[in-house]
Amino acid sequence: MFDNVWLIPLFPLIGFLINGLFGKKIKNETVIGGIGAFAVLCSFVVSCMTILRLLSLPIEERLAEVKVFTWITSGNFNADIAFLVDPLSCVMIMVVTGVGFLIHLYSIGYMHGEEGFYRFFAYLNLFMFSMLLLVLGNNLLLMFVGWEGVGLCSYLLIGYYFHKKSAGDAGKKAFVMNRVGDFGFLLGGFALFWYLGASHNVWTIQFTEIAKNSHLLPTGGIVTVITLCFFLGATGKSAQIPLYTWLPDAMEGPTPVSALIHAATMVTAGVYMIARMNFLFIRSPETLMVVAVIGACTALFAATIGTAQYDIKRVLAYSTVSQLGYMFLAMGAGAFAAGIFHLMTHAFFKACLFLGSGAVIHSMHEALHHAHSHDDPQDMRNMGGLKSKMPLTFMTFLLATIAIAGIPGFSGFFSKDEILWQAFSNQHHGSLNYLLWGMGAIAAGLTAFYMFRLVFMTFYGESRITPKAKDHLHESPMIIVFPLLVLAALSVIGGYIGMPKIIGDALGGIPNYFEHYLEPVFRYSEEYLSQHSQHTALHPSHAVEWGLMGLSVLIALAGITVAFTMYVKNRELPSRFTATFPALHRAVYNKWYIDELYDFAIVNPVKAAGRFLWKGFDVVIVDGAVNGVANIVMAFAGVIRYLQSGFIYNYAWTMAFGVVVILGYYLFK
Amino acid sequence: MENLNGYLIVSAILFSIGTIGVLTRKNAIVIFMCVELMLNAVNLTFVALSRHLGNLDGQVFVFFVMTVAAAEAAVGLALMIAFYNNRETIDVTDMNSLKW
Repeated sequence: MFDNVWLIPLFPLIGFLINGLFGKKIKNETVIGGIGAFAVLCSFVVSCMTILRLLSLPIEERLAEVKVFTWITSGNFNADIAFLVDPLSCVMIMVVTGVGFLIHLYSIGYMHGEEGFYRFFAYLNLFMFSMLLLVLGNNLLLMFVGWEGVGLCSYLLIGYYFHKKSAGDAGKKAFVMNRVGDFGFLLGGFALFWYLGASHNVWTIQFTEIAKNSHLLPTGGIVTVITLCFFLGATGKSAQIPLYTWLPDAMEGPTPVSALIHAATMVTAGVYMIARMNFLFIRSPETLMVVAVIGACTALFAATIGTAQYDIKRVLAYSTVSQLGYMFLAMGAGAFAAGIFHLMTHAFFKACLFLGSGAVIHSMHEALHHAHSHDDPQDMRNMGGLKSKMPLTFMTFLLATIAIAGIPGFSGFFSKDEILWQAFSNQHHGSLNYLLWGMGAIAAGLTAFYMFRLVFMTFYGESRITPKAKDHLHESPMIIVFPLLVLAALSVIGGYIGMPKIIGDALGGIPNYFEHYLEPVFRYSEEYLSQHSQHTALHPSHAVEWGLMGLSVLIALAGITVAFTMYVKNRELPSRFTATFPALHRAVYNKWYIDELYDFAIVNPVKAAGRFLWKGFDVVIVDGAVNGVANIVMAFAGVIRYLQSGFIYNYAWTMAFGVVVILGYYLFK
Repeated sequence: MENLNGYLIVSAILFSIGTIGVLTRKNAIVIFMCVELMLNAVNLTFVALSRHLGNLDGQVFVFFVMTVAAAEAAVGLALMIAFYNNRETIDVTDMNSLKW
């Protein structure tokens, strides 16, 4: 049925091998970039074929496992290289290969003339391979291989400009923080495998088998432990509190990397993982609450930081953290389909925003370079007035911004509103729902504010660079603009496949295709809920839903208005504001000093412990023991080495004497 | 078989001469010859006792000793020539660089 699904990860792997092994010799950028992009295009075509075939099947048959070969068999433990094709993995491969292909195209233009061009495309293809393995793997171990692979590629690509110390440090930070999360993922996997095996004699790590046997699992208890471990993994990979600080630093990598890995695909792996194991998470109300609260807090917290950053990519980075928070809020509310929907729309508009910012930085960089200026091309305080210089970039950027701000009719509105509604009306958290909704709504307002602040500072007003540099500002080449156009179009129309039910009804019974399509994936959760539901679901009226929707739109509009007032109409307002509340501005600008707090509370103590183990333990005790033994032997040898006189008759006499002694002993004993 | 003691006494005398030679002489070739003397003293004991006990094992063993002695002679003389080429002497007191 889906026999060729294994080709999807294979193409990028081949691309990686060609570019990685021979890229240095090929030298021709068109060939290298062409191979990289073509490999992903092939995967995209196969993905399209796969999803079309899946859609042609009746709903209850939309699940297939394609085994390629047996990987590990040891006692009760069995792991295959096998791929899982179901609606969820199909959505993911479409997003990953589709957005991935556009970003590969963009990179050909963006990375033009960079040293190590082949290295970039090799890593990018390796990333695609790992990511596809992650979403297609049918068991925990294969998923973990992909999970680690994307972490590795993330590290390599953040540190792409490795001659810059800040880039190397950012790569290491990302890798180490991800390792903390991976540790949780592993523990969760071990606990799940062991619990099912030891208590119920079901030895399996396959998702479908675990799902089928999920009725054996209790509510809460061990499941809470397992799911919290998995969630720790998700916070690391998807940059949630407390492991989010690596993502803003990851902006040291080239912009296409930020768009592909740190906005559209890799950072959503945690969301995907929770959706994939929804039948576990639904069984632990405690974990769901933790997920929802962490998600809401991250959404709000990161949004506040985003309001005071000046680096264009950092604003987008905090925006990504905040939007990922929304996805986790949806997961915690048990609205898995809504979370995955937001994952998809977010991939469109955030990739568009990042690529647009990349085009801006590219143009700024060249202009400043021509003018021999050493100003930072990423600092929005140096931008302004780019609207007329880069009309296409501006247009796509504006559309994506409207989408993320949640203006009705654009994709972000549908997904974000669905999440807020689910946060308000779900049956899991009782009165905590109001708080979750409130935090989400405030974060939505802040999102609208900081995104339009970005647009106004970058594209509106007067240019703030020297006139000489200004003349060199120009629109990017077609290969950069084309992906922007496609992604902008998707940001606008991508939402209509998942219209919230209430809007669909009002428009004459348009169903929520997306939620409907994902239903089979969450079947076991639905079954569980229908059997175990203790709380009666809240059923607020339609009026409440319309009201809340209107309220969130109003909040978004208020955010835009404030941004407009502060950054277009009345431009001395921001400086007056910072003068009035210097402490507040400084705290937000410095990211609430969370990095400093981590340095103080964790990094420095660990360093101190490491230094003690090095200077105190390793040098004194371990080295001391080894060197001490050697010294004793040497002192002893220093005395007895004089027996080696070098005179043969000494040795001969000794030997003769020895023989006599031994013989004498045996004769006279 | 009455004179077994005679053989053994001759053998002991030969062995002692060899041992004293090895311990006291400084010329490597003389030392080497003394070693041969010790080996042959042992051979004589072997043969005498073999005859006395009526067991051929001892005589077979003598052949082995002679073979080894021949091989040893080849190696030992080659070493001495190599040493002479370097130092123009075969005095064992000069062969003392391998020491503390």
